[in-house]
Amino acid sequence: MEIVSSLVSFTVLKLFPFSRASEHKNALSTKKMEEKALEVYDVIRTIRDPEKPNTLEELDVVSEKCVEVQDLGDEEYLIIIKFSPTVPHCSLATLIGLCLQVKLQRCLPFKHKLEIYISEGTHSTEEDINKQINDKERVAAAMENPNLREIVEQCVTEPDD
Amino acid sequence: MKDTLNVLHKFNAHPDSRCWYVAWNPTGTLLASCGGDRTIRIWAREGDSWECRFLLPEGHQRTVRKVAWSPCGRYLASASFDATTCIWGKKGDDFECLTVLEGHENEVKCVAWAPSGSLLATCSRDKSVWVWEVDEEDEYECVSVVNAHTQDVKHVIWHPTQELLASASYDNTVRLYREEDDDWVCKATLEGHAATVWSLAFDPSGQRLASCSDDRTVKIWKESHSASEEDGAGTSSDLHWKCICTLSGFHSRAIYDVSWCQQTGALATACGDDGVRVFKEDTNSGPHQTIFSLSVHMPKAHSQDVNCVAWNPKEAGVLASCSDDGTIVIWRYQSDT
Repeated sequence: MEIVSSLVSFTVLKLFPFSRASEHKNALSTKKMEEKALEVYDVIRTIRDPEKPNTLEELDVVSEKCVEVQDLGDEEYLIIIKFSPTVPHCSLATLIGLCLQVKLQRCLPFKHKLEIYISEGTHSTEEDINKQINDKERVAAAMENPNLREIVEQCVTEPDD
Repeated sequence: MKDTLNVLHKFNAHPDSRCWYVAWNPTGTLLASCGGDRTIRIWAREGDSWECRFLLPEGHQRTVRKVAWSPCGRYLASASFDATTCIWGKKGDDFECLTVLEGHENEVKCVAWAPSGSLLATCSRDKSVWVWEVDEEDEYECVSVVNAHTQDVKHVIWHPTQELLASASYDNTVRLYREEDDDWVCKATLEGHAATVWSLAFDPSGQRLASCSDDRTVKIWKESHSASEEDGAGTSSDLHWKCICTLSGFHSRAIYDVSWCQQTGALATACGDDGVRVFKEDTNSGPHQTIFSLSVHMPKAHSQDVNCVAWNPKEAGVLASCSDDGTIVIWRYQSDT
């Protein structure tokens, strides 16, 4: 019986060596992307909410599930973050988006492109906010505004710094 | 033979910062750059390398987003996030700030000189486009404030020969303006892009306009004379420009800039996927159909987003690009046709 089954698997392997190999490769790559996503999550989870004394993780604004990483090749990755603002308040959601941008820019050790969105249905002016937080020119200008910068700095500074 | 794009020089122009924009002077001998480090630098080729010839003294309090040379080449204008536009001129061996143009409520995103040199346009996140007149004593006076866009205005350019102004915006549209009764008026709205329009370029003859967008496409627009006669709608002075070609599927992220070579007609793009691409018009492209094909794609032209591309106005095929990585690259483009 054992011989038969091993023969069968041998045949399967002979017939589909490529699919087996690519499956293995896919599994490896999925695992790698999950690891990268966790690495990203580790950077953003401790960001403090601009209005409350809690972190984004504590308030469920971000979770492990909200980070997706795709391989762009040559050790570069596309990071897509979908966060859920707690209140339907525009400026606050924009501010959280800004904090995510700034902290990842500073702390993430690998090369990446970043896209940040509000989770579907969590905000009345979703599209407007998504557009604004992904406009790098607007982000750069916002970070030169002393008031905004101060708020962002307070939110992204690690508690033990 | 294959078309090629080769690196001639690469230099770290704005170290530890991003380089937002580069502009060639009219004779193509000097390259001005600006960036997130709030500085403006003027580069010149010296033997086998590029040297910073002038570092303009601190004129701006925040990022310098764009720079533009006057058609005579004696002045440089700079647009900054500090809400001002500076006009620089050479005094002795150095550049000095001659005038500061104030009035925009917030970030000035772009500045452009009209071909005559007597008009200047600026635009801002405050949604307005301002037209300034320059008199013989080099005094600047705002002659018009146009509030046609509904959002942040990203770019302004002038037509190469006519007094026609074009602007691109975060509201996904391109608008064209002409002077009418001593005021500048929006004469056309070009709709078609699905996201922010970042930049614009006229072809050498000024008959066509290229726009590039966050929607990852380039669109080519052309004035359609027949439309104005046919539809009879609007006033006779309205302009009618139609999209005659869309380049989609070539870019994998936002396209931040487009440059149309005044000598070869090649179209270069700067993309958020770190690549520089050059397109050329097909030989069987004609008045009834416009076809552009990808001539060269340089995938890792820079290590981060490419913000700007600029063809040298005199030396055919010489292209400058700059990036968020702070570097400038000078390229040579060669095409077999």
